[in-house]
Amino acid sequence: MPQPLDYLKETPSQTAGPYVHIGLAPGAAGFDIYARELGWDIAGPEAPGDRIRVEGLVHDGTGAPVKDVLIEVWQADANGIYPHPEDPRAQDVAKGFRGWGRVITDFDTGLWGFDTVKPGPVKGRNGRMQAPHVSLWIVARGINLGLNTRIYFADEEQANAADPVLNLIEQQHRRATLLARREMRDGKPLYRFDIHLQGDNETVFLDI
Amino acid sequence: MKPAEYYQRDRLWQPPQFTPNYKTSVPRSPRQALLSLENTISEITGPVFGHGDIDPIDNDLIKNYAKTGDPIGERIIVHGRVLDENGRPVPNTLVEIWQANAGGRYRHKKDMYLAPIDPNFGGCGRTLTDENGFYFFRTVKPGAYPWRNWVNNWRPAHIHVSVFGASFVQRLITQMYFEGDPLIAKCPIVNSIPDPRAIEQLIAPLDMNAAIPLDSLAYKFDIILRGRRSTLFENRLEGN
Ligand SMILES: [Fe+3]
Repeated sequence: MPQPLDYLKETPSQTAGPYVHIGLAPGAAGFDIYARELGWDIAGPEAPGDRIRVEGLVHDGTGAPVKDVLIEVWQADANGIYPHPEDPRAQDVAKGFRGWGRVITDFDTGLWGFDTVKPGPVKGRNGRMQAPHVSLWIVARGINLGLNTRIYFADEEQANAADPVLNLIEQQHRRATLLARREMRDGKPLYRFDIHLQGDNETVFLDI
Repeated sequence: MKPAEYYQRDRLWQPPQFTPNYKTSVPRSPRQALLSLENTISEITGPVFGHGDIDPIDNDLIKNYAKTGDPIGERIIVHGRVLDENGRPVPNTLVEIWQANAGGRYRHKKDMYLAPIDPNFGGCGRTLTDENGFYFFRTVKPGAYPWRNWVNNWRPAHIHVSVFGASFVQRLITQMYFEGDPLIAKCPIVNSIPDPRAIEQLIAPLDMNAAIPLDSLAYKFDIILRGRRSTLFENRLEGN
């Protein structure tokens, strides 16, 4: 036998289950316990950039909306800077910008949504720019391991056409599953992003 | 630390999405192959939390919702470390837990199980690991509860655990089980994990050295997040 390598193994995932709200959004479970719930404010009041709202549904393989999903989002600010020590420009991140949010689907309709500023482009590998995007992590009852995907913005046509991740998707028609559609509501920009866990229109999920 | 990418996730160690004995996974599991990405700055960064985000009492489930007294149940300590696959501690990372009360009932408007709500038990807690990756909770041992899957499925006693790590790729939710519980082997959610050694990784042993005499028993649960290479993945990341 050769020497052991001595790496540890990643802890296996288990579903977040139907009661994920108790731990991560207790207000939604129906009680008040923490002085501050986390993840309600992604951009803060002062960060510059386009103020947008993103909304959507998560559909299961039968087409029904999934009503017990929790989604976490992670994004750069309007200048493409992440508030994290490994972003080389982190000291210039917009004031009060957190970049992280946590949203749940409505128990009756399945609709989810968050308010933020539109992210700027960020550098990818080999110096290639990535189009503006928001990273998502999706957990729910019936999902054994959190699903990763990205939201891109349909009106960023040029940047999307050059985006190294979108271009990796072999079946070109599936690239559209990562594009949020721009609409206007009450004079404010709204992006619609529906997620399909399974079926003809299955969202492209990522192994990051 | 310089940007370095994370080891790929071992998809044979993790549960697959489609696990028909856990019925809800059937309509909720993607069927197309995942698109594998090499890490970029979008993946190797992630939210940072600090002591301003939480309160010191948040890790004490015996006291953090107590109204008229302590909750009913077996008093326990759950403690351990958050490490990466290289065995290095993950410091200052947010650990959140939630669980049923000692009777197996959740404080959730969707939980209709006939076991009673405990007026003194909320069922959630959160804490940051210390500089060496250690974390600590005080709670009561949760009860088993029935769930709709097959006609007569019962979840083993468990605590749901959520961990962030230092980057978006390390994000993990799992469940901790208790040594010696005969329901573990019968559970379709546990058995979504194909490798028995991986299942053992979710079973917390009784830890008498951490028990507090005349007060609380203890269970130890270490959590391993993905590790990362020690070398830069490219020298142009910083824009030269
Ligand atoms: Fe549970």
